[in-house]
Amino acid sequence: MGLQRGHRARPLEWLVERGIFLVSLSAILMIFLIFLFVGREALPIFFGRTNSSLVQETIPVDKLDSIPKPKLKEYLGLTDSELAGLDRETLQELMALKIEGAQQAPKDKDADVNTTAWRYLLKPHQWTGYDRAEFIWQPVSQIHKYNIIPLVIGSLKATLVALMFAVPLALGAAIYVSQLAGPRTKEWLKPTIELLAGIPSVVLGFFSLIVLATVMQNLFGYQSRLNAFVAGIALGLAIIPVVFSIAEDALSSVPRSYTQAALALGSSRWQAAWKIVLPAAIPGVFAAVALGFGRGIGETMVVLMASGNASIVSWSVFDSTRTMTATIAAELAETVFGGHHYRMLFMIGTLLFVVTFLSNLAGDLIIHRLKGRLEGKR
Amino acid sequence: MTHLRSILILVAASILSSTQAGTITAKGSDTMVILAQKWAEVYMAKNPGTKIQVTGGGSGTGFAALVNQTTDIANASRKIKATEIASCLKAFKKRPTEYKVCLDGLSVYVSSDNPVKELSLPQLEAIFTGKIKNWKDVGGPDAPITVYSRENSSGTYEFFKEHVLQNKDFVASAQTMPGTAAVLQAVAKDKNGIGYGGAAYGAGAKHLAIKKDDGSPAIEPNEESVIKGTYPIWRHLFIYVNPALDKGEMASYLNWIRSEEGQKVVKEVGYYPLPKALRE
Repeated sequence: MGLQRGHRARPLEWLVERGIFLVSLSAILMIFLIFLFVGREALPIFFGRTNSSLVQETIPVDKLDSIPKPKLKEYLGLTDSELAGLDRETLQELMALKIEGAQQAPKDKDADVNTTAWRYLLKPHQWTGYDRAEFIWQPVSQIHKYNIIPLVIGSLKATLVALMFAVPLALGAAIYVSQLAGPRTKEWLKPTIELLAGIPSVVLGFFSLIVLATVMQNLFGYQSRLNAFVAGIALGLAIIPVVFSIAEDALSSVPRSYTQAALALGSSRWQAAWKIVLPAAIPGVFAAVALGFGRGIGETMVVLMASGNASIVSWSVFDSTRTMTATIAAELAETVFGGHHYRMLFMIGTLLFVVTFLSNLAGDLIIHRLKGRLEGKR
Repeated sequence: MTHLRSILILVAASILSSTQAGTITAKGSDTMVILAQKWAEVYMAKNPGTKIQVTGGGSGTGFAALVNQTTDIANASRKIKATEIASCLKAFKKRPTEYKVCLDGLSVYVSSDNPVKELSLPQLEAIFTGKIKNWKDVGGPDAPITVYSRENSSGTYEFFKEHVLQNKDFVASAQTMPGTAAVLQAVAKDKNGIGYGGAAYGAGAKHLAIKKDDGSPAIEPNEESVIKGTYPIWRHLFIYVNPALDKGEMASYLNWIRSEEGQKVVKEVGYYPLPKALRE
C-alpha cells in the first residue's frame, strides 16, 4: 500500500472502510467461535473423560452427611454454584434418583462397558444378542453402541459415488466451455451450469427420493430403493457446479499463449486443450475435486432423504447407507443435552469440520500455487 | 378531567390484565405437534384471554426447554428419563409433574400387494431384529423382507423397540425414515417392505392385524381395540410441567385437555382418548 489514503480528508470513507474491515474480521471470528463451541461439547469424548457404563457404584441416601463435598459433587455431577444452591431435600432426591437409575440398568454382560471409549468407537465388538463381533451404531438402545465406522464408510461411499459421477461431467463441461466453445455458447452455458448450485439441497433430496430412486431401481433392478448410489447421484448434482466452476477458472487462467503456440505448431484445438492446457492446469483440477469432496461430505439434506439411512458396514453402493451428516441432523433433536449421545454427535461434527476444513485448505493452497506458477512467479 | 383520568386508568388496567393473562408455551414431541396445536386452537377460541404457543422439535428438546424454563409445557411421546429428572431437580428443585393425555396405537404396515394379513408379536420381533429375513417364513411369498424403521430420535422408535423388540436392537439394515408418512410411502412403494407408525396414518398401505402370541386371536387396530387394550401395541402420550407453574390458567388448561372436550379433539386428530379411569 504505497498510496497515501489521507483519511483526514475523507473521514466518512475511512469509516466505511474500517466498518467493512470489521465485518470481514467478524466472519473469521464466527468460524473460530463455532469451532470452539462444537469442539468444547466434544472434548470429553476426545480425551476419554466420559463414562457411559450403566453399572455404577451408588451411595445410600442416608449417608448424605458423611460424604465429603468434592466426592458428592462428582457423584451427582454438580458444579460448585449448583451445589451451594440446592437444599438438603433436593440433594436427597438426586441421590434417590441415582439409585433408581442403577436399579433400571439392564441385566447384560455389557452393562458395565464404557461404550464411549475409543476402542468401542473404532473396533468391532460382539455385543449381547449378536452372533459375531460387529461395527454397530445403535445409540438409542439398552447398551448404547457408538461405533462410528459404519457412518464414516457411509459418508465416504456416498461422496465417492458423487465424485465419480460429477467429476468427469464437470471436467468435460469445463474443458468445453473454456477451450472449445465459441463465445456465444459460452455466454449461456456457463451461467446455466452454475445455476445448478442455486437449487436448494432439500429440493434435490426430494427429487431423488420421489423420482430418481424409482427410475434407478427400474433401471438397475436392485433390492433396496434408497441407497448410496441414488444418494451419490443426487449429491453429484450438487457437486457439479462447484467442480465445474473451479476447474473452468483454472483452465481459463492458463495463458492464451500456450494454446496459440500449440495451434501455430499445427495441433488441433482439441489436442491443444487436452495435451497442453489440461496438464498445465492439472493442480487446479485437483483443487476442484478436493473442494467438491468437501462440499459432498458436508452435504446433509440430500443424503438424509435419499440414502435410506441404514448403518451397515458394506462397500456395495446398492446397499442403503447412513452418513455422518445425516446422523447428526436426524438424532440431535431428541438427545439428552450434555449426555453421551449428544457429545458423540458433536464429536462426529468435529470430525466433519476437520475433514472439510482440510479438503478446502488443500484446494485453496493448490489453486494459489497454480496461479503463482502460471504467472511465472514460482 | 376526572373522566379522562378514569378512562386512562381503565385502559392501563385492561392492558395490564391482558398481558397478565399471559402466554402458555408448549414445546416438545413432533408426534404431538398437530394435536397440541389443535388443543391450543380450540381452547383459545373458548378463552380469548389466553394465548398458547406450540412448537415441536422433539421430546428431548421439550425436556431441555422445561429445564431451562423457556417452556411451560413439555409434550413428550416417551417417559422422562432419570437424567432429565435430575436436570429438572437441579433447575427448579422439583420433579416435573407427569400427565397422561391420550393413547396412541401403533400399526404395522405392509404393501397392499402382500398376502400376509396378520403377524404375532414374536414374529414381528424376529422380523425387525433380523432373525427372519424372508416373507416365506411367515406365510408370504419367497421374497426378502425390507425393514423400514424410524429415526432413533423418534418416540415411536423407542416405543416399538421397547414393546415389540423387547429392547433388542433393530437389524442394522433397517432403513430409517424421517417420519411416519415417509415410512408409509416407502412401504406403499415396496412390495417386500414392512414398517410401523401411528395408527392414525391411513391410506397407501395395509395395516396388519396383530396377535399377542401365536395362539391368541389377531386384533385389528381401531379405536375400540386400542382403548380396551386388546390390541397389543399401544402407548400413552404425555405432558410434563413444572409443578410450581401448575396453577391458575395453566391448571385449567391441563384439566381441560383431559376433559370430555379436550379428548374429543384427540379423536378428531386421529389419536385415541384416555379411558375414563385415567382422566382424574
